[in-house]
Amino acid sequence: MTLSSARRIELFRRMLRLRNVELRIESLYHEDRMKTPVHLCIGQEAISVGVCAHLTNDDSVSSNHRSHGHYLAKGGGLNELIAELHCKESGCTKGRGGSMHLVDTAVGHMGSSSIVGGGVPIGTGMAMAYKMRGLARVSVVFFGDGAADEGVLYESVNFAMLKRLPVVYIYENNGYSVCTTTRERQAQELIFHQVLPNKMWTQTVDGNSLDAVNAAAATAIALARSGGGPSLIECKTYRVREHAGSGVDRTGKYRDPAEIERWETHDPVHGLRADLLARGLLDQKGLEAMEAAIEAEIDEAFRAAVKSPLPLDEDLTRYVYCED
Amino acid sequence: MPWSKVTPETHEPDFLEREDPAARRITHAEAIRESFDQALGIDTAVYLMGQGVNDPGGMFGTCRGLLETHGKERVFDTPLAENGLMGIAVGSAIAGMRPIYLHNRPDFLLLALDQLANHAAKWSFMTAGAVKVPLVIWSCIGRGWGSAAQHSQALQGTFMHFPGLKLIMPSTGYDAKGLMLAAIKDKNPVLILEHRFNFKLIGPVPEKQYTIPIGKGVVRRSGKDLSIVTISQMVHEAYAAAACLAEEGIDAELVDLRSLRPLDEEIILESVARTGRLIVADHGWKTGGITAEISALVAEKGFASLRAPIERVTAPDMPTPAGYTLENAFYAGKEEIIEAARRLVRQGQAIEIPDLPTLEETVAP
Ligand SMILES: Cc1ncc(C[n+]2csc(CCOP(=O)(O)OP(=O)(O)O)c2C)c(N)n1
Ligand SMILES: [Mg+2]
Repeated sequence: MTLSSARRIELFRRMLRLRNVELRIESLYHEDRMKTPVHLCIGQEAISVGVCAHLTNDDSVSSNHRSHGHYLAKGGGLNELIAELHCKESGCTKGRGGSMHLVDTAVGHMGSSSIVGGGVPIGTGMAMAYKMRGLARVSVVFFGDGAADEGVLYESVNFAMLKRLPVVYIYENNGYSVCTTTRERQAQELIFHQVLPNKMWTQTVDGNSLDAVNAAAATAIALARSGGGPSLIECKTYRVREHAGSGVDRTGKYRDPAEIERWETHDPVHGLRADLLARGLLDQKGLEAMEAAIEAEIDEAFRAAVKSPLPLDEDLTRYVYCED
Repeated sequence: MPWSKVTPETHEPDFLEREDPAARRITHAEAIRESFDQALGIDTAVYLMGQGVNDPGGMFGTCRGLLETHGKERVFDTPLAENGLMGIAVGSAIAGMRPIYLHNRPDFLLLALDQLANHAAKWSFMTAGAVKVPLVIWSCIGRGWGSAAQHSQALQGTFMHFPGLKLIMPSTGYDAKGLMLAAIKDKNPVLILEHRFNFKLIGPVPEKQYTIPIGKGVVRRSGKDLSIVTISQMVHEAYAAAACLAEEGIDAELVDLRSLRPLDEEIILESVARTGRLIVADHGWKTGGITAEISALVAEKGFASLRAPIERVTAPDMPTPAGYTLENAFYAGKEEIIEAARRLVRQGQAIEIPDLPTLEETVAP
């Protein structure tokens, strides 16, 4: 499926918004007002945007620690995200979860796990619920190469194939788990690429290409929605920044600075922007207006977050059990 | 032969001698089966899964016939994938189902502890109440016939530790059914730990659907000399012990907690306030177990009521041995409770609490 021009521009806008949110978080992180770890998804924007573009608010995503992209691409509130990073009561989890446990049930984002692999069976179970309830909904599971080391992935995917569940596994292979490369941890390519095609449809794509991710996701999600069972898309990408926090270490401590530079020239946002400009789908003025609107939205989110109140101490024990 | 084959069905005691002679009487296992059957019948969101639920033996008989009645979409066997399936149960609960996930042994729940403790028990809190996990996990503590170290663990102390997870341990068929239906109705994750020795006990169980509040204990026997606080199968050991003690003139009160989280603190403290002496009994280990928690509670909030040190009857701090002689030595029960009661009463009589000396008397001339 190829994208219409208008759709491409809109998806580019979402990627740019996501990028600029991450850049703003990064630039303000040293001020120490966001007292929570952050795992920035800079360089991986095409994946969450390209996949979530095919989902409705009834469909769900299952996320992980690197969750800002999944949350925003799914339609999660920006103000609530930024407030959460500031540990405020107006945050999406009212300051209870912090950056790794985002949630926005109104748009089908049902919470995130920071246990690597933890969201994989949960997203699989949500797909099972959709099937049992006879709903044409799709569950998308985002997971990283670190999660691909975990046994629970095997258990979950096997079960999804067995039950033909409407689940799409999005494997964000960004080459690293913290400081260790995927190659140093895994003996071969992901074993699920070898399953019988009638059990699960799989594909490997350039995760830094919106068009590639979008096309594969369209196939997979349509398949899931029409009862065709699970699929898995491996998106080859790269974690440009450090595992957590801000900045990038170019001293060669654990990765070759040349490797980082190579990937920086294959940046998903920059690449798409250049393409849109070259084709004349977007001009400099249009781009500036787009960016200004995004910046204003981000300004407002930070302003609101800083101003809003902290959770009350007397509410400490709330939410341990559901209250109804 | 395994215990399940040789042990005959026996009757539950008529604890407070208030039983209706016309009441329908069924086994504990049948009571659980009926609760599953009714829950599956009431709500299509309820489903039942677990290794062996389709087995003709049907998990000690608790699943017999359910597949035939409710179909394989809602009653199904699973692969051996405890953590994955626990997460799948959690996810399906988040997305509108009401799973009942059967684990024939708590030992195997340890494989699923990540999803149970890190995810299910915390999801409500981490999402500030936005997402609920209405999930029931049911498991059965093994014993006997060489169950040994990895098939007999009474892990209630471990599971009681996690805020966000409710924990139930019934001793009667009546409670097993009512608490199961309450757990299914509850919107939180609830773990029910059964004990195999309970399954063949016959007792009064109404046919209708009913729930029992989670977190409320019950006094099974009133007494004035000491309180025995316990749970699950140990209730039956304690009841038998109380009958022997009565012949010696020791009048024991028996508190069956039924739930461990929430814990019915009031019923414990009130009982100790009446009797002044406490035995806490459990099949789990002593260190860091439920008897430690309950003793600490009484030391904290009921210290003034105590006339003697608290006695604990537990499994020794060691893995369960396989051989039947060692097993007999390992398990504490009726006899140990009787001994503890004798010690307590003797001690309680011996301890004279002197008046506090006045300041003047202690000042040297
Ligand atoms: C079960 C578990 N083990 C280890 C960790 C520590 N940890 C947090 S994130 C992370 C890296 C995960 O790598 P990957 O899944 O590839 O995601 P990425 O950070 O690359 O997005 C690790 C090891 C954890 N949170 N959970
Ligand atoms: Mg990675």
